[in-house]
Amino acid sequence: MKRWLRPLLLVLLLVLAIIAPLGQGNYIVYTLTSWLIFSIAAMGLNLTLGYAGQISLAQASFMAIGAYTTALLTLAGWHWVLAMPLGLILCFAVGLLLGYPALRVKGHFLAFVTLAFNTLVFLILRNEEWLTGGSYGLVGMPRPDFGLFSTMKQLPFYYFTLGITVIASLVMWGIVRSPWGRAFKALRENPVRAESLGVDTRRITLLAFAIGSVYGGLAGALITPLVQFIEPGSFGVGHSLRILLMVVVGGAGYFFGPFLGAGVVIMLPEMLRFTAGYYLIIYSALVIVMLVFVPSGLIGIGGRLREKFRPRREVRADMREGARLQ
Amino acid sequence: MSAPVLSVRNIEKSFGGIQAVRGVSFDVHKGEILGLIGPNGSGKSTLFNCILGQLAPDAGEVHVTGRNVSKMRASDLNKLGVGRTFQQLSVFPKMTVLDNIILAGQEHHGTMLSRLFGPSDAGLTQQAEQLISFFRLTHLRDALAGSLSYGQQKLVDAAMALMAGPSLVLLDEPAGGVNLTMLANLKERLVTYNAEHGTTFVVIEHNMEFVMSLCTRIIVLAEGHIIAEGKPEEIRANQTVIDAYLGG
Repeated sequence: MKRWLRPLLLVLLLVLAIIAPLGQGNYIVYTLTSWLIFSIAAMGLNLTLGYAGQISLAQASFMAIGAYTTALLTLAGWHWVLAMPLGLILCFAVGLLLGYPALRVKGHFLAFVTLAFNTLVFLILRNEEWLTGGSYGLVGMPRPDFGLFSTMKQLPFYYFTLGITVIASLVMWGIVRSPWGRAFKALRENPVRAESLGVDTRRITLLAFAIGSVYGGLAGALITPLVQFIEPGSFGVGHSLRILLMVVVGGAGYFFGPFLGAGVVIMLPEMLRFTAGYYLIIYSALVIVMLVFVPSGLIGIGGRLREKFRPRREVRADMREGARLQ
Repeated sequence: MSAPVLSVRNIEKSFGGIQAVRGVSFDVHKGEILGLIGPNGSGKSTLFNCILGQLAPDAGEVHVTGRNVSKMRASDLNKLGVGRTFQQLSVFPKMTVLDNIILAGQEHHGTMLSRLFGPSDAGLTQQAEQLISFFRLTHLRDALAGSLSYGQQKLVDAAMALMAGPSLVLLDEPAGGVNLTMLANLKERLVTYNAEHGTTFVVIEHNMEFVMSLCTRIIVLAEGHIIAEGKPEEIRANQTVIDAYLGG
């Protein structure tokens, strides 16, 4: 992509995101807000899985930690702006702890460890009624009010979420473009080689989990005022798998993959509503077809088309040299 | 003579009942290019892994510039000034050549936090470009490392080992699978780098032409111990080495 085209495209996307909810009903605005929130959660998992190569099936549990911390504190009278950072700090700390098993186990085994963690969080939320309200959950959390700008209505809350999403995206952009981003990719591609080049793979593994968890926590902190009712069932293993699907469908390891993936996973069922009872079958079939034909995710389609119509320059110069030797 | 850059003292390593390395000791001094040769199963790779901390020796010590590194992690060893390549290709295939080489130097600049919040470059791009140019890979600067030929990836691998300006570099079979043109390029580049920077090299290799023309001194291992040591021409004429490895 040409250098000047990228910022232009970004501005265009932002303008689209600003005008998309205008004139729409409450439900559409709510769905668009959900898309932004799940994009943040998927962005975090994309760092852990897509960039650093560490499988995690526990992203919903970090949404839960962020959501419940924010809910409990805002119900106690704290402003959202003060409650949210505490949730993120807690997610960072718990994410660091969850990263420790990743230093010993990899692949499927790590997936099971994180899956067990998600189940553990779910059980704590359900059983510790004195704190979490158990299966009945927590209700009536206020939306943030900034005096001149109140988010009580759906549209202002959408713009508030969009603002947070832009900030979270810029921070993530800074991380993946920094030397840390390079170290995350090296960890994914060849940890032994990365270690031999001075990369502290233990530390960078823990950070991949901790930062990814913070994004999960931020998504949770936004879900609380959006739905104003949270209960353990909203953060079960199934939801972690859904966030994983967003990352894979969008394109793991691509910056914009989570936005696309969250868009498909959240919007597609809505678009297929006209098919009535068949929508889940069609939705599942589309996902299977896509994963078979474009395993690198929706973002990968662009690359495939580019390769087809404008193949890359041959880089194997030694082949030409070899030919000259004959 | 100055203190050795690498000092290996009485290294022993067994796997079950098989003694892979039997009390090997040698020193490598600044600016030397030492070749480690020997038949398959002679203990070269085991010795290499003991030196680089990937295997814990049963006995003995390894010192780099006078410091005992026997139990040091690979990342700390790298920060102490030890670069290495692997027998298998070990570039990062989905990163560009430039990014591969920058990565090899970035951990030597600043702190963990400054690498996140500070300037993302810190002169690394310029340094990496100089190495890319040195290895005659300028036309491949922005290509994905995984799209390069085997020989080109070996050159990138070597450049990565040199990016942090190490005092000691260990190369594990750098000539393996590389075509003649590329091999001549690699050897010439290593000799030039050694002459310009005084970097010490230890090379494991089976390609005798490559070793004999590259190295200033050669150690021959057989059955886990040193059977000969000397200049390339002395090794070529050594009857024990001819019988055990080189053949008539």
